[in-house]
Amino acid sequence: MSDTHQHSIRFVRESMLPQQEPPATERGVIKWMRENMFSSIPNGILTLIALYAVYAILSGLLPWLLNGIWDAPSIRACREILDGQTGGCFAVLTERWNQLLFGFKYPTHLYWRPTVAFILLFIAIAPVLFYNTFPRQMLIFTALYPFVAYWLIWGGSILVPIFALVGFGVGYIVYSKYVAQSFAMGFFGGIAGALVTWWLTGMIPVEGVLAMEAVPSRDMGGFMLNLILGTVCVSLSIPFGIALALGRQSDMPFIKWICVVFIEFIRGVPLITLLFVASVVLAYFLPPGTNFDLILRVIIMITMFASAYIAEVIRGGLAALPKGQYEAADSLGLDYAQSMRLIILPQALKISIPGIVNVAVGLFKDTTLVSVISMFDLVGMIRGPILASTEWNGVYWELLGFASFLFFITCYGISQYSQWLERQLNTDHR
Amino acid sequence: MTTLSDPPRESFRLSMLLNDTRYRSYTFQFIALLCVIALFSFLGYNLVKNLQAAGLNISYKFLGETSNYDINQTLIDYSSQSTHWRAAVVGVLNTLLVAFLACVTATIIGVVAGVLRLSKNWLISKLMAVYVEAFRNVPVLIWIIIIFTVMTAVLPQPRDFRGENATASMWFDAVAFTNRGVYIPKPVLESGGMAVVIVFLLSIVGVFAYRRYATKLLYATGKMLPTGWPTLAILFVPALLTYFVLGKPISLEMPVLAGFNFKGGINILGSLIALWFALAIYTGAFIAENVRAGIQAVSRGQTEAAASLGLRPGRIMNLVILPQALRVIIPPLISNYLNITKNSSLAIAVGYMDITGTLGGITLNQTGRAIEAILLLMAFYLAISLAISFIMNIYNSKMKLKER
Repeated sequence: MSDTHQHSIRFVRESMLPQQEPPATERGVIKWMRENMFSSIPNGILTLIALYAVYAILSGLLPWLLNGIWDAPSIRACREILDGQTGGCFAVLTERWNQLLFGFKYPTHLYWRPTVAFILLFIAIAPVLFYNTFPRQMLIFTALYPFVAYWLIWGGSILVPIFALVGFGVGYIVYSKYVAQSFAMGFFGGIAGALVTWWLTGMIPVEGVLAMEAVPSRDMGGFMLNLILGTVCVSLSIPFGIALALGRQSDMPFIKWICVVFIEFIRGVPLITLLFVASVVLAYFLPPGTNFDLILRVIIMITMFASAYIAEVIRGGLAALPKGQYEAADSLGLDYAQSMRLIILPQALKISIPGIVNVAVGLFKDTTLVSVISMFDLVGMIRGPILASTEWNGVYWELLGFASFLFFITCYGISQYSQWLERQLNTDHR
Repeated sequence: MTTLSDPPRESFRLSMLLNDTRYRSYTFQFIALLCVIALFSFLGYNLVKNLQAAGLNISYKFLGETSNYDINQTLIDYSSQSTHWRAAVVGVLNTLLVAFLACVTATIIGVVAGVLRLSKNWLISKLMAVYVEAFRNVPVLIWIIIIFTVMTAVLPQPRDFRGENATASMWFDAVAFTNRGVYIPKPVLESGGMAVVIVFLLSIVGVFAYRRYATKLLYATGKMLPTGWPTLAILFVPALLTYFVLGKPISLEMPVLAGFNFKGGINILGSLIALWFALAIYTGAFIAENVRAGIQAVSRGQTEAAASLGLRPGRIMNLVILPQALRVIIPPLISNYLNITKNSSLAIAVGYMDITGTLGGITLNQTGRAIEAILLLMAFYLAISLAISFIMNIYNSKMKLKER
């Protein structure tokens, strides 16, 4: 302030005024609502409509959920307890819980076996999913898991899975012995070794040696069946998918042609027709008298189906790699198998992970289609034995809601995991 | 002077088949060929053996035999005296019908949900996210069953519509929702009705012609013709004029309650509606994600550049964002259409008589011709998907970015 104004100004404030609060419309919840929900008239109308929709859905759903009956022997008893009020009859879930999870034929006193197998599944896949957190030694258990799970779920002599494991072991030893000379030699040698071991051990009688009670495949059912089909088919189809994708990229015209025809054929037909093939046609193409159980046939078909889709995803990954990577691998003097194993596939698979997870989620949802060929998976159980029973005839929403809920958690969980993994793998420095 | 010459040509040795990369690929292909031949002859041999044992043969004669079963929805003339071939054709048409309806509905739902998910309105975008996640992560078969249950177990029976104190009533006396399907009015063409339809079709052509003309004029002279109201006028005025001049030749046949059921009108089966809407909302969720990804793929710089050229927001969307977003959206959109067509085979779960229900269901069970029926079924779906991917390849090569 200069001296000239000293006499013309009567009062000069010497300290700053405290900051005033922003106006009510410009702070807190109101500001947020003005910006995010009522920024313009059409937006406001949309918000009101949406609010009404949410209210309508919740006001229908919440009483039904909160007022539900969890303990009743039948739908009539349920309705008596409710006495005209709105409320779900969730007693069907508690009463038929085991049927929904294990199917109606799996022996009741053996339920602990699939349960243990299910818990072990998490221990087995943990080191694969979270490879940074868990010790690498746990992968040994992952490798053993399929055999343990088979023995737990199907029962029978422990020698069957052990012999299968020995076959794989022999194959691996042969492979690691010859792979130094040439990959093809190691690979085919390993397969031959495994086959010979299985053929030899197949002649040893195993009946009743260290046996648990055996459960035939046709007794599997419920959500367990969906999980078995989902995990087995996804894990089997990844190696087949890689092989098909490499075959489709191959320079050898005949091999490329086989892979293209296979992939395009499988992708062109609906899964249901393949399941029909499994249930009615496949038997015609097998040697007379072979007794092949339905689950195995379905697993073969779904695996073929999934590997064609995974092959396309991986082909996308291979095509997305810059050509320089292939040329760099060649100029290092690596042969085809080495360059694929060490340079190309690790990068291509990383790019393809989101696609592979999408296929896996889709496949897991598609396992419900087996109910169409009269297998009693979760949906088959609901539509068949449970809704047809006199006690629970008419309890649609509770059962279908439960089924959707189970599938939702599983599939949503998987897709969230894949997004997390994508962020983890994002190693380019941006 | 020295001369460079090729090293002396090695004579061919047998070990070169394995060790020399020039010949190794032939060895591999030969082995693969042998494996394929072995596999197919193994399967074929078993097939012949099994067919002999069962006293069967491969023959398509059953297609000419009388089908002896009824189909609840037929788009062409069909009775239980028609042939199995005719039944299969009815099934094909039903498949195409539900696939077409579901594709159109799914596109509308998907585009709306995808655009709304990008909305600045927090509530709306969260609601759309919930829709997308909820519908993508639950099997489509469960959605089909849920909607089918609504159609059959929740909707009133036709007899609830009768009497003084009826518990159910029709909408505007024209539409009835019953557990035997939805009844809607049926347009009846009287003499001259065809003329109205033809005029209407011609006016659709006229709209396209007018729009072409407007674009051409715009490019040639820079003069802009209005397109909004002339489109509506060309579309409706001539058809309405013909309609009134010819003395209202098109009337509606209302569904009427007669006896225990509705008579007249068009009956849309509950199974068709279940399949149609389940496929539409399920696939709509996937399309919504594609649309969102497509719009987000257009970089912000494009919007800003267009704005700095002085374009208005509507024109930025129409002329800059959409053409670029469509390039990303359309290929997955078409493969979603393909998925709808393939998933429509789930009709068998709710008893809708599509090709899987007629040829792969009743015909197969009646004649026992499993191999032939399933081969035909696969051939049909394969033909459709190959046709669609052919169209997609043409589109992709046409839309490919022309980079220099």
